[in-house]
Amino acid sequence: MRVLVVEDDVEAAAYIVKGLRESGHVVDHAADGDDGLTLAMSGKFDVLVIDRMLPKQDGLSVVASLREEGQTTPVLFLSALGEVEDRVSGLRAGGDDYLTKPFAFAELLARIEVLVRRSSPGEVQTRMKVGGLEMELLSRKVTRDGEVIDLQPREFRLLEYLMKHAGQVVTRTMLLENVWEYHFDPQTNVIDVHISRLRAKIDKNFEAPLLHTVRGAGYTLRAPQ
Amino acid sequence: MPRNKLLSTTTFRMAVVYLALFMASASALLGYLYWNTAGFLARQTEATVQAETAALITQLEEGGRAALVHATITKARDPRQNLFLLQDANGEKLGGNLDVWPDQTTGVGGWLNFEYARRTAEGDIEFHEAQAVATDLPDGLRLLVGQDIEERRRLEAQITNALAWAVAAMIVLGLAGGAIISRNVVARIDDINRTAKDIMGGELSRRIPVTGAGDEIDQLAENLNDMLDQIERLMLGMRQVTDNIAHDLRSPLNRLRNRLEVTLMKPATQEQYAEALERSISEADELLGTFNALLLIARAEAGAARDGMDWVDLSALVHDAAELYEPVADEAGLDLTLDIEPNLDYRGHRELLAQMIANLLDNAIKHASGDAGGRTIHMALKARGMLGAEIVVADSGPGIDTDDRERVLGRFVRLEQSRNTPGSGLGLSLVNAVARLHGGDVRLEDNQPGLRAVISLARRARRRPSDLAAE
Repeated sequence: MRVLVVEDDVEAAAYIVKGLRESGHVVDHAADGDDGLTLAMSGKFDVLVIDRMLPKQDGLSVVASLREEGQTTPVLFLSALGEVEDRVSGLRAGGDDYLTKPFAFAELLARIEVLVRRSSPGEVQTRMKVGGLEMELLSRKVTRDGEVIDLQPREFRLLEYLMKHAGQVVTRTMLLENVWEYHFDPQTNVIDVHISRLRAKIDKNFEAPLLHTVRGAGYTLRAPQ
Repeated sequence: MPRNKLLSTTTFRMAVVYLALFMASASALLGYLYWNTAGFLARQTEATVQAETAALITQLEEGGRAALVHATITKARDPRQNLFLLQDANGEKLGGNLDVWPDQTTGVGGWLNFEYARRTAEGDIEFHEAQAVATDLPDGLRLLVGQDIEERRRLEAQITNALAWAVAAMIVLGLAGGAIISRNVVARIDDINRTAKDIMGGELSRRIPVTGAGDEIDQLAENLNDMLDQIERLMLGMRQVTDNIAHDLRSPLNRLRNRLEVTLMKPATQEQYAEALERSISEADELLGTFNALLLIARAEAGAARDGMDWVDLSALVHDAAELYEPVADEAGLDLTLDIEPNLDYRGHRELLAQMIANLLDNAIKHASGDAGGRTIHMALKARGMLGAEIVVADSGPGIDTDDRERVLGRFVRLEQSRNTPGSGLGLSLVNAVARLHGGDVRLEDNQPGLRAVISLARRARRRPSDLAAE
């Protein structure tokens, strides 16, 4: 994947670029808003990672100009401004996701992957399938290998999110934000408990597990090899 | 108070400006008064003299020289105090009640002022001031018609005198009044300035004296004092945060540092390094979490989060939190019961309220799952009083001693009994800050056994019509 990182802080930029390259991505870097906008306008990137506070032109205006020019490349805002209002203004300016500094690299990677997946066109899904696990979005029915799995509403949403991002790493924060709409970190790891309950329902009586814990990052749902 | 300081005060300057304006208008009034009294008398003199002169000239024109002389002599006998003198070309007196032609040269319009000797009823001689007009007539005749203005002069002097005194008194009283008023105001402003200086010098507890008069300066003093109280509270809070950070973050940072150091000290396998790094990362995450919590508390306490306030479905918020923690409680073997009043909207900060409820539940679960107690958690949401709301989280854990209840709301306070449970000691302190941000408070009560945390939120709730909420 081609990723453009627009970040003025040298150390942070080096860290992000190095991490992304090691994860197998092709990375370009711009150190200010003007350069970032010029590079991004070329349209050759799959995803843009943009800091909000940049020299010459701030991230919000870079993205706003991009969107005005009809560029639809997904944008992940990276910012030290982490209040709900800041996130809202970032998303309204045309960002697709918002990650607050300091962040875990695993989460940045996971979010980038999710963004790219979401931006690739596909028909509206009403059915999802991962391995033997099937989800019927309209009738809200879940089966594995033909066996009906009974899920609570919140467990259904949790599994839906995991299935939509099957094969990708999903962090605890992403789950909290997308399934519970909480933008803070509860002290105890409540997500782990929810995951283990879900796991008990979808994996317990089957041979090959689908829901895996990714150490230090989060979870991933993937079909057995 | 030094004199030059008084002169430089705003109040005094305003008094002087006011005085100047007052004097200008008073001068106009007095001027008009003068013109109407003294000026009127002067004009009357002129008119009388001119009328007499005109009458005599008419006599000359109609009856010739003899008629003029006769008329002059007749008029001079008149007891009214008009003065006459008619002379021929040689300077001989032909008639009139003056003996000599005055030496004074004539002024504007033929007018001249002079003094003449006059005999009183007692036979004494006294000099009087007079004003007259001299007219040259045909055949070298010269006529002087005048009036004794001694009385008028006295009157004028009296009027002028009275006006001068009035002006002088006005200036003196005005300046003195201005000085006294500004002295009072300045003295009180001096109090404010002195207090401000003392406070800047480090005496943070100093307050501006209030006289109790209830005037503007008192109100100003009261407002400034309130402001100072607020600032002192915030400063105290900030100092506490700094102290707390210094004390409570030092040990985890040290631990982190030591682990990394020890790992480097001896050769280790790739796995051992990886494990040390992983533990360091999770410790760094914990530190970050603590910092975030501190920032959040500081923000809530400073009221900065007020911008993000909106109508929030409080019933749903409490429900969601309970739903999030339900599996955790379940796993800890706790019975979580709910009593949530439906359709309660509340104007507040959604994230902070959610985190407050989460913290309460988190605490309750941690403590109720200890060895003691009956292993239940009860959570309730109720509308209270005028549009307020109350959230209650009660657990059956060991509870908190009466003496410690106030203390645990502070930052980093962890009681001995909870030393072994995970946590930063910031949970209740955030709850407290969020409750306060929403104009409410936290009461920690005895649940017999256990702790009962009652959060009352101030009047910003509204009940949604239930048909809207029917799903």
